[in-house]
Amino acid sequence: MADPHKPAAHPSPDVPNPDTDAYAQESELEAHLQAKPMYINMGPSHPATHGTVRLKLHLEGETISDADCEIGFLHRGFQKSCENVTWTQCLPYTDRLNYASPLMNNFGFLTAVEKLIGLEIPERAQYVRVIGAELHRIHDHLTCIAATSMELGGFAPFLFGMEARELINDRVAELTGARLTTSFGRVGGLNRDLPEGWIAKTLKSLDKIRELADECESLLSRNRIFVDRMKGTGVISAEDALDYGWTGPCLRACGVDYDLRKARPYWVYDQLDFDVPIGEHGDNYDRYLMRIEEMKQSDRILRQALARIPDGPIIVDDWRIALPPKPEVYGTIEGVISHFKLVMEGIQVPPGEVYDATESANGELGWYIVSDGGGRPYKVHVRAPGFPILSAMPSIVKGGLLADLIPTFDTINMIGGEVEQ
Amino acid sequence: MSTFALDRLTAQFPEAVAERYFDRTGGAWAVIHAEHLPKVAAFLKSELDFKLFISIDAVDRLHLAENDPRFEVVYFLRSLSRGEHVRLKVRVSESNLEIPSLASLFKGANWWERFVWDFYGIRFSGHPDLRRVLLYEEFQGHPLRKDYALRDRQPLIPERPIKDIFRGPGTSGVS
Repeated sequence: MADPHKPAAHPSPDVPNPDTDAYAQESELEAHLQAKPMYINMGPSHPATHGTVRLKLHLEGETISDADCEIGFLHRGFQKSCENVTWTQCLPYTDRLNYASPLMNNFGFLTAVEKLIGLEIPERAQYVRVIGAELHRIHDHLTCIAATSMELGGFAPFLFGMEARELINDRVAELTGARLTTSFGRVGGLNRDLPEGWIAKTLKSLDKIRELADECESLLSRNRIFVDRMKGTGVISAEDALDYGWTGPCLRACGVDYDLRKARPYWVYDQLDFDVPIGEHGDNYDRYLMRIEEMKQSDRILRQALARIPDGPIIVDDWRIALPPKPEVYGTIEGVISHFKLVMEGIQVPPGEVYDATESANGELGWYIVSDGGGRPYKVHVRAPGFPILSAMPSIVKGGLLADLIPTFDTINMIGGEVEQ
Repeated sequence: MSTFALDRLTAQFPEAVAERYFDRTGGAWAVIHAEHLPKVAAFLKSELDFKLFISIDAVDRLHLAENDPRFEVVYFLRSLSRGEHVRLKVRVSESNLEIPSLASLFKGANWWERFVWDFYGIRFSGHPDLRRVLLYEEFQGHPLRKDYALRDRQPLIPERPIKDIFRGPGTSGVS
């Protein structure tokens, strides 16, 4: 040990300092870096993995040579819960499938039930569903982009994204009464009509949201660090993506033109003018760009729908399905009876089965519903878009760097609620 | 709803298709014998371009009017070029809970089959890694079966007793 009171000698390359300079032997310089395979558990609840996902990684140096994904134990028993409550009471469960776009899940489930009944909902309700769904598509994509940028070190886009999200949440709160757990739809239409002045307010918010989203885009899309980390990482071929069952922006980023809003239009999507952006490489950067473009298209849809929304009823006038208006409940015996039966027994959906799907923010949200003719669903299978996308995760990170796992996990936008059902 | 795929399927493998019908919304269904399933799925994928793998699930028909055999495994495939959707069904009896796996044909089938095994206890022979996917390995039984009580609980770590807690609707768990 050198004397601490003695001033340190001026460092010179010729005279080695035996205290601080360790000179390697010739043989050591040529030795290979020891790279024993290493096992790493990412998660459960790693800051970069959303939900209780656990990734078991097999590393060789920094390269992931093998990966296994455990979804984790957040299982809420979605199906079992739905099978033990009435059709209307399933709605709160569907909200919680995806906390970033509850209205889409809500309306998706109702659309499947209405198809099983064979019900056509009023046009105004269809427009409101489109508006709600597109608002939440922007909301979902903003969440994804903002979180991605934050996890790659960009905090400002995260704040812009959150500010824009707040605006959407405020409008949704005015519309439905809740910011996240909306439970807004009803079989045959909607819970209530648009509040007064809501359309003008939403249009104003859309301008601001557009501005903020553009700000995010301008900060990220050509940012050297961001682009370097996103381009060429997490690549999946179109063939593999189809094989895994990918849908939505992640599939379209591989160059597959498939959007249920165009392929099998539901509600009033066939009357609205919008484009479906298509990617090319199937890497993280394309998935990010896809979400940016889709937000612009959603903005277009929203402006058209808000301008064109017709007057009229918001729920079907059928007391076997929709609750009767309150004056009828208090004033007539038929109203009382149907109100009582709907609340106590639920809607009597005719026996049968149906598979129906809508385009949710992450892809095809499919419902396979079996009814035995009672007021409760016999079986509710949800085909959440996140489940197949997450199942491809181990294979697309294999061979990449550990650092690439973070952007890959972000851009596939895994949502705990829908994956864990 | 076009029935092109099912017509081709019936023409190609008449022995594989046990039944065909339309559900009340006009969706066309085919009930396939379990042993012919891999061949049927391979035909659909390679010849008829049903490449998008949607999902698999099962139905426990215990309380339905028609409940023999007890389980139905449902398969959904989609063709993007034809814009068509195919719904297949395989009936599984309780005495022989084993059907061929499609995991080598569709990569997406891997997790869905694990899901069906996890919640219904239907085994897929030839699956590379048939583990539970959402529940833990020590879990007893298959909770989405209709005879599994709604409020049955199997905590991995003993729960502290909490008084007056409402655990949702349904029968209390007596297992």
